[in-house]
Amino acid sequence: MMSDITDLGIAGLRDGFRAGDFTAREVADAFNGAVAGAKALNAFILDTPEHALAAADAADKARADGALKPLSGVPLGIKDLFCTEGYQTTAASNMLGGFKPTYESTVTTRLFAAGAGMLGKLNLDQFAMGSSNETSAFGNVVSPWRRNDGSNAPLAPGGSSGGSSSAIAARIVPAATGTDTGGSIRQPAAFTGIAGIKPTYGRCSRFGIVAFASSLDQAGAMAQDVRDCAILLEAMSGFDPKDSTSLDVAVPPWEAGLSPDLKGKKVGIPKEYRVDTMPAEIDALWKQGIEWLRDAGAEIVDVSLPHTRYALPTYYIIAPAEASSNLARYDGVRYGLRDLPDGANLQDMYAATRADGFGAEVKRRILIGTYVLSAGFYDAYYTKAQKVRALIVRDFAEAFEKCDLLLTPTAPSAAFALGEKSDDPLAMYLNDVFTVPSSLAGLPAMSVPGGLDQAGLPLGLQLIGRPLDEQGVLNAALAIEERAGFVARPSRWW
Amino acid sequence: MLRRPPDASRAAMSVDAATVRKIANLARIAVTDGDVDAMVPELNNILGWIEQLGEVNTDGVAPLAAVIPNHQRLRADVVTDGNIRDRVIANAPQAEHGFFAVPKVIE
Repeated sequence: MMSDITDLGIAGLRDGFRAGDFTAREVADAFNGAVAGAKALNAFILDTPEHALAAADAADKARADGALKPLSGVPLGIKDLFCTEGYQTTAASNMLGGFKPTYESTVTTRLFAAGAGMLGKLNLDQFAMGSSNETSAFGNVVSPWRRNDGSNAPLAPGGSSGGSSSAIAARIVPAATGTDTGGSIRQPAAFTGIAGIKPTYGRCSRFGIVAFASSLDQAGAMAQDVRDCAILLEAMSGFDPKDSTSLDVAVPPWEAGLSPDLKGKKVGIPKEYRVDTMPAEIDALWKQGIEWLRDAGAEIVDVSLPHTRYALPTYYIIAPAEASSNLARYDGVRYGLRDLPDGANLQDMYAATRADGFGAEVKRRILIGTYVLSAGFYDAYYTKAQKVRALIVRDFAEAFEKCDLLLTPTAPSAAFALGEKSDDPLAMYLNDVFTVPSSLAGLPAMSVPGGLDQAGLPLGLQLIGRPLDEQGVLNAALAIEERAGFVARPSRWW
Repeated sequence: MLRRPPDASRAAMSVDAATVRKIANLARIAVTDGDVDAMVPELNNILGWIEQLGEVNTDGVAPLAAVIPNHQRLRADVVTDGNIRDRVIANAPQAEHGFFAVPKVIE
């Protein structure tokens, strides 16, 4: 039994623990061992085995006392963008090296209150800016997947939640938190053959999550399958007075509401997502996904989202603008790195600290953001982008008059090799072409594995729902999951 | 849609070395000559690509800031925390006598 524990996801661990198949201590030991044995993936910035063990001991006691909590017995990986009290939180940047928050993020507060333990802090792109996990100051995360051509080229796990995706695909954590600003949950999920959901903007509190672009940032769940995503998201979500954009609405019982029966549902296929450069295999998977949803009882309708092609340039104005403002707080005064050259004044200290602490991609985005917000350019860039964003939101609203959900591919390619795109920022940005529009509109969206390409790498399908219809997204993803029968796993080399 | 405009680096609005230095100064990021030389084409490539938003007719469209309708909440104007000075300065690179310490600002 022990050797199988790390194959289990959240539901399997929770239910097996409740049934007495194993103790929470055995679960924590098994995953702590898996984490310690997978250093080659570089998925973690910090291991916290003691946290997982303490939560496990509390879970074993709770079971004996008949006081089980929703996630008793379940250890998780936590993206190192969530502040964890007393545990280093870096956002994968030297700027926050050694930063130990004196408070806990709302999402992790909820998860720990639900009985979960923490296996460690997962690596990511620096300040969540990247699509390949190559901008981390703590080194690249490597995907556990390899192409089947024998090349052994190390592949990107996607980004920015690349530590989360790599660790789940390698079965060294049963599930993990992610954050998604323009696709940072869904694209890594697609690259690694796992499930990941970004809820409606405002579902999860942003309090205690290191900010990137506040009008877009949302926490979400990453796991082996759709059910586990539902369980985890339910535990993460809920109103928080500490976040001014938190939605004061009830969290539905998403797990209990899971149903793969889509009778009466209309699924829209947006024609603008069919792009010339998309590999034929992704187009074929999309068509297969349409058939799976039809088989589940859904009616398929064609829809149009005419401003889709403007979503990426809109995003690359709004997100850097918000980032340049949010990251102004890193000044070497209150926390994090300080670089004070001999004889430097305060202004010199700011500039030296920020030059040393931020990585190249972070600086690039701060400079773009500073430029588009600067006097004389604000209206031409930022106001214009906010207007186009309004049109993108309107496109979705009009499409949702004709359908309940949208089905698209998650990413325009399978995982690429580390280093393949890292010298070309624009090529990297284009990876988020299918995920950014729904981020700009704040909609719930999810990636679910659909199959493998010819190189043996996972491909994902994306479902996008109306605001607050996470249930609809989860159910359609479940219908695909049941029909795709995706059981492929990377063979262990790490 | 995945193609970039061929003339991306020669778009109407483009930055030169002086502009990059000015932006870096506004952003309080120290840059070397080498940094600036590298950033000019990179930023122009990105800005040139962004220019395509100019094609979109946005006449009469109100700029959107909050994407999911939500209302601004009010709460009573009372102290809800406090007396946590040591926690506030716990991560300060330099703290003295309960304050954040910085280089002398006034000569």
